[in-house]
Amino acid sequence: MSGSLADERLAEAGQLRLTWWRFKRHKLAVISLFIVILFYTIAIFADFLATADPHATDARRSYMPPQGIHLFDENGFNPHVYGLKGQRDMKTFKMVYVPDPSRKLQVEFFVKGYEYDLFGFIPTTRHLFGVVGGTPVDGVFLLGTDQLGRDLYSRLVVATRISLSIGLASVTISLILGVLLGGLSGLYGGIIDTIIQRVIEVIRSIPTIPLWMGVAAALPNTWTVIQVYFAITLIISLIGWTELARVVRGRFLALREEDFVIAAELAGAGQMRIMLRHMLPSFTSHIIAAVSLALPAMIISETSLSFLGLGLRPPAISWGILLQDAQNVQVLAGAPWLLLAAVPVVLVILAFNFLGDGLRDAADPYG
Amino acid sequence: MNVLEIDRLTKHYPIHAGFLRKEVARVRAAEDVSFSITRGETLALVGESGCGKTTVARCILRALKPTSGAIRFAPEDDGRMVDLAPLSKRALRPLRRNIQLIFQDPYASLNPRMMVGDIISEPMLVNGVPSAERQKRLMELLDLVGLPAVARSRFPHAFSGGQRQRIGIARALALNPRLVVADEPVSALDVSVQAQIINLLLDLQDQLKLSMLFVAHDLGVVRHVSDRVAVMYVGRLVEVAPTQELYTTPKHPYTQALLAAVPKADPALRDTAAAPIGEVADPANPPPGCAFNPRCPFAVDRCRSELPVLRDVGGGHMAACHRADELNLEGVTGHT
Amino acid sequence: MADLDKPLLSVRDLAVEFQQPGGSVRALESISIDLRPGRVLGVVGESGCGKSVTARAILRILDRNGSITAGKVTLDPATATPTDLTALGAQSPEMREVRGGRIGLIFQEPMAALSMQYTVGNQLMEAIRVHRDPGKAVARQRAINLLREVGIPRPESRVDAYPFQLSGGLRQRVGIALALAAEPDILIADEPTTALDVTTQAQILALLRRLQTDKKIALMLITHDMGVIAQMADDVAVMYLGRIIEYAPVGEVFGAPRHPYTRSLLRSVPSMLAKPRSRLATIGGAVPQPNARPKGCPFHPRCPDMIVGRCDTIAPAPVPPGSVGASCFLVEDAAA
Repeated sequence: MSGSLADERLAEAGQLRLTWWRFKRHKLAVISLFIVILFYTIAIFADFLATADPHATDARRSYMPPQGIHLFDENGFNPHVYGLKGQRDMKTFKMVYVPDPSRKLQVEFFVKGYEYDLFGFIPTTRHLFGVVGGTPVDGVFLLGTDQLGRDLYSRLVVATRISLSIGLASVTISLILGVLLGGLSGLYGGIIDTIIQRVIEVIRSIPTIPLWMGVAAALPNTWTVIQVYFAITLIISLIGWTELARVVRGRFLALREEDFVIAAELAGAGQMRIMLRHMLPSFTSHIIAAVSLALPAMIISETSLSFLGLGLRPPAISWGILLQDAQNVQVLAGAPWLLLAAVPVVLVILAFNFLGDGLRDAADPYG
Repeated sequence: MNVLEIDRLTKHYPIHAGFLRKEVARVRAAEDVSFSITRGETLALVGESGCGKTTVARCILRALKPTSGAIRFAPEDDGRMVDLAPLSKRALRPLRRNIQLIFQDPYASLNPRMMVGDIISEPMLVNGVPSAERQKRLMELLDLVGLPAVARSRFPHAFSGGQRQRIGIARALALNPRLVVADEPVSALDVSVQAQIINLLLDLQDQLKLSMLFVAHDLGVVRHVSDRVAVMYVGRLVEVAPTQELYTTPKHPYTQALLAAVPKADPALRDTAAAPIGEVADPANPPPGCAFNPRCPFAVDRCRSELPVLRDVGGGHMAACHRADELNLEGVTGHT
Repeated sequence: MADLDKPLLSVRDLAVEFQQPGGSVRALESISIDLRPGRVLGVVGESGCGKSVTARAILRILDRNGSITAGKVTLDPATATPTDLTALGAQSPEMREVRGGRIGLIFQEPMAALSMQYTVGNQLMEAIRVHRDPGKAVARQRAINLLREVGIPRPESRVDAYPFQLSGGLRQRVGIALALAAEPDILIADEPTTALDVTTQAQILALLRRLQTDKKIALMLITHDMGVIAQMADDVAVMYLGRIIEYAPVGEVFGAPRHPYTRSLLRSVPSMLAKPRSRLATIGGAVPQPNARPKGCPFHPRCPDMIVGRCDTIAPAPVPPGSVGASCFLVEDAAA
C-alpha cells in the first residue's frame, strides 16, 4: 500500500468500479456495448427514424433498388435524391428503375411525414429526415423497397422494436423464473433440487422445432398481432429459463461453500442477511453476463420462428418477417437488397455475445 | 478452568450408493475424540490431511453436527457448561459469538464486495452492538492487529495475504470470543509473513487471555504457538501432551515418525531420519487394531487385533499405544 | 561419463518480462546458474520471487505474454557442441527434444502432468516412445521398471491404473517416473512436495535424492521451504523479486548467510527446537508486487541494514556467474 494517488483510488474502489475498469480493457466488448445501445435507441425512436410508413404499399414502386443520397451539388452542401423513373424491360418484362436527374428531391431534417405516436402516446408527424413534399413514388428509399413497394429501411427500423423487445421481454420472464427456481434449487437442495433439475432436463430434451410447429398450429388465427406477440414471448421464455436457472443454482451452491459466507454464518448473521449482503451481490454480475448471453438466443429464436412462419405473422414487422421475404431465390436474384435484413440480426447477435463475454470476464477474472 | 471439553466426539460420513442411495459404508472422520482446553491455553490439533482434524474443528464450530459425543463449552466464567452438540441452529445463535474462526485462506474468507471496516464490524452489527460502540471497537481492533485506520474504507483486494489475515483475525476478535479456532491460519502465507502472524497470535493471546484451538500440519509452527499438542491419525487421537514433552519424548510411534519426517532447516541434520513406510490408512476401511500398525516398526500381534485406548502414560502425557511404556522413542534433539 | 565439475546447463544473465495491461513487468533480472551432474541446486524464495519463472524460461514454456529479453541458456556449455536454448523456437523439434528428452520436469501438482483419460502405463509408454522408440513391448516393460524404480508397489498391476485411482503420494511418484521416462540427465522439480503431507514428503524427497545420486542427475529443486533446501541441496540460489541475491554452497547459506534477506529469512523459519510460545524474528512489510518494484536494491525497504542514499538508489551488482557470493553493498564493502 504505497501512498500514490492511483493506488489510493484502486484501494477504495468497489467491485462495481473494478468490474467497469476491467470491462473497459475489453475493446470489442466496449464497441459491442455501443452497438447494443445504438440498436435499442433505434428501437425506441423507430417511427421517428423511419422515412416512410412501413405498412404503406404501392404497386408503382415495387422492388425499387436502394437509392443513394447525394450530399453535395453545384451549390455546395445540399442533400438530395433523384427521383426514380420506372421503365419496363421489354425482354424480361421486369421493371427497371433509373434515376431521373430532372427531378431533384430535397432531403431535409425534421420533415413532416406519416402520423405516429412518439413513445406510444405523443402524436406527431415529424421524422428525423425525409423528402420535402414526398409523394408515394417520390420519396427516399435508402434500402430499396419490397414487392409491395414498402420501404425496406423504414421496415427494418420499425422491426428493431419488436425483435429487440421480444428478446428483452423473454429474458425478463426467463430471469424471474430462472432466479426463483434456480435459487430454490440451490438454497434448499434435497428433494426440491432434484425435482427442479429433472424438470429442467425434461424441458431441455424437448425438440424445439416440432414444438414450435405444434404451438403455431395451436395459436388461433383470430388472435391479434399483440396477442401472438405475447404468446411467442411466453413460449420462448418458458424454454429459455432453464439455462439461467442452472447458472443461478451453480453459483448458489458454490457460494454456500465460500469461506466468507461461512464466516458470516459463524458471526451469527441470519439467512436473509447472508442472502442479500453476501450471496446476491456476488452473483449479480454473473446474472447480468448470463442475461446478455441469453438475449441473442432469444432474438434468434424469434427471428427463426418468424422466418419459418411459425412466429409472428404479417402485418407485424420483425426481422424474421422481413427475412421471410428473402426466402425465395428468384426474388433474391432480382432484389438482393432484401437480404440486408440479415445485417442487423448478425450485428446485434455478435454484439450481445461479445458484450456478454466481456461482462463475464470483467465480473469474474478468475473463472 | 476448562473453556471447552470434547467428550468422545464422533463424526461419521455415510457413503451412499446405488439407485436407492443405500448406505454402503461410513467414513469414520472422527472417532471417540476427547480433549479439553483451559482458559488462555492453546491446544494444537495436528495430523496429516484426512486425519480428521478439520472435522473436529468444524464440529466444535457446529458447522457440522457430530454423530455422537458432547461438546461442552463454558460461555461465562461461572463454571456452567453448555453442550453444543445437540443444539439447533436457532439455539446456537446466541452462543456463536463466543467461538470464532480464523480461516486458512486469506483470500476466500473476506467478501471482496465489502469494505474492510464492514467486514470487521459485521459480527458486531448482526449481534446488535450499537453504531457508536461499533466504530470505537473497529478502531481498537485495527490497532490491535496492526492495520492503519485508513484500512477500514478500503476493499480487501488492496491488501497482501498477510494483511488480509490480520483483517480476518480482527473480525474473529470483534465480539471478544472466549475460544478461537484457528484453521491452518498461516499455512497459506510466505515464511516472512507467517512469522509476523504467529507473533501477532502469540501477543493477542497473552493480551486477551484467549483460549485457542490451533489446527495445523506444520510442526514447526505448532511448536511456537501451542501449550499442548494433540496428534490425530485416521480419525483418532493418538497422543496428547505438553508441547515440549511431545517434541522431546514422544510416546506414540506415529508422533515420532511425524517429527522425523519434517525437513529440518539445518544441513547438518541430514539423513538422520528414515521416512516412514507406506501410506495413511483409509478412514472408511481402517485396519483392525491400531490404525498405524501396518506402518509401525514396533508393531506386535496385539497391535493388529486390539484397539489401543488413549491413556495417561505419566504426568498428563496421553498416548494411545499398547507399547507406550516399554518403547523409548526419539524426539527432536539438537539446539538452536 | 560426464565430468562432474562441468555444468550440463548454464544460465547467464537471463531476463524475462511479462506484458501486462499496465505495461511490461520485469519478472527476472540477471539470472545466472549452473546445473552440474550429480549435484542439486536448490532455488528458494517467497512467492513472486521468480523461482518458477526461471524453470519455465529454461524450458521455454513461459505463458504467452512472457518473453526472454536477455541472456543465454546453454545446454552442454563445456562440450564442443553447446546449444543455446534461447535461440531455439519454443515449439521447435529441437526444443521438444530437450524438454523431456534432456530435461525432465516434475510439477508441484502431479495432476498437471498426468491425463485422467489414459492409464499410467499409456502415458509412460508414450513418453518413452516419443524420444527413442524401442517398440511397444519393450516400452511397456520399461514403464513397469520405471514404476518399480520410483517405489510403486505392485507395478505390474499399477501400470494399468488410471491416475485418479492413486493417492497423492503415488501420483507424485508417477509424475517422477514420467519425468525420468526418456532418461534425461537434468531434472527440474518445481515444488515437488508442497502439495503432500510431511510423511509422504519425506518419502518423495528420499526417492528424489536416491535417483539423483544413482543416475548422476543434475537436479534443480525449486521450493519455498528452507527445511527442504537444507535436507536436499548442494548449492543454493536465494531469490528475491526476480533476482538471485545469494548463491552459495548449502553449508554456507545456513552456517554463514551473506545477504541480510537470507539471514532474516532463516531467522523467521519456525524451529522444531524452539521454546514453546516463543516469538519469531520477522521481516517487516511484505514482498512488493512485481509491478511495484522498489528502486535500487529490491530488498532495501525491508532491510534492517539499509544504507540510505545507496541501497535505495542503485541496485548492487548481481553475483558474478559461476561464483559464490551475495548481491549486496554490505558484502561488497566487506570484501573491499
